[in-house]
Amino acid sequence: MTLTPASAPELATLSLGDVVAEKTFSLSRDSLVRYAGASGDFNPIHYRDDVAVSVGLPGVLAHGMLTMGFAVQPVVDWAGDPGRVTDYQVKFTRPVLVDPVDGAIVTVVAKVGAIDTDAATARIDLTVTYEGQTVLGKAQARVNLA
Amino acid sequence: MNPDLQGRVFPPVPPYLVGREKVREFARAVFATHPINHDPEAARAAGYTDVVAPPTFPIVVQEATLAQLLAQPDAGIDFTRVVHGDQRFTYSRPIVAGDELTATLSVTGVKTLGGHSMVTSESTIVDSGGAHVVTAISTLVVRGDE
Repeated sequence: MTLTPASAPELATLSLGDVVAEKTFSLSRDSLVRYAGASGDFNPIHYRDDVAVSVGLPGVLAHGMLTMGFAVQPVVDWAGDPGRVTDYQVKFTRPVLVDPVDGAIVTVVAKVGAIDTDAATARIDLTVTYEGQTVLGKAQARVNLA
Repeated sequence: MNPDLQGRVFPPVPPYLVGREKVREFARAVFATHPINHDPEAARAAGYTDVVAPPTFPIVVQEATLAQLLAQPDAGIDFTRVVHGDQRFTYSRPIVAGDELTATLSVTGVKTLGGHSMVTSESTIVDSGGAHVVTAISTLVVRGDE
């Protein structure tokens, strides 16, 4: 692979509401175990059905931080550099249930939510959906496009 | 939850040395495929000294500070009832493999709403020179008795 310094998208070409990225992620129980190991979050509600059910959940859930972690990746790829994301926030509003056989499909749509020409930044708003319902609220990434 | 937690500042946790393979492992776990997350040559071509961590990587560093908070004997936080309410990362610069990071937690908000308690904390993460890298802000919700 030949690599050159990534050039950022041109701020001047962006308009509010533009969809800059869209991606579907396929989660399996393996994804949850991998995230548990990488993050150090070994809460068993993310890999044991019996524990999840015992605390009143319908089943094993994805880590909220896993969902937050992949939801920003389409923005990173659009921006051309993970270092361009200077601020990122979410609210965890609904759980993502991960079926042991079928897993879970989560869709991310990234739109331009605000443009700050003086600061050369764009706020990208994420709509993150599982089974037709959003699972993150106020999911916003600020991207430096200087 | 103990309202006196408000404003409390904890001692810094021991320094966290960011390893290249840890960055790659975390990147794989959050479906981060950008070469700057994985390939030191790509990172150097983009002006970094080594691979760049994904935007949510600071949770790994922050985790030790949240453990301090949850373990605080007078906090009155039953961790079996804790759910993650929201999360934010505000960067001064990206995290790069080789960074030695030190995190210090302060409690910025404690409130009770409809039987649930919420504690908001900020973990300020600095590099070995003491310069600010990222602030990780979490709200943990402690579910009330049902």
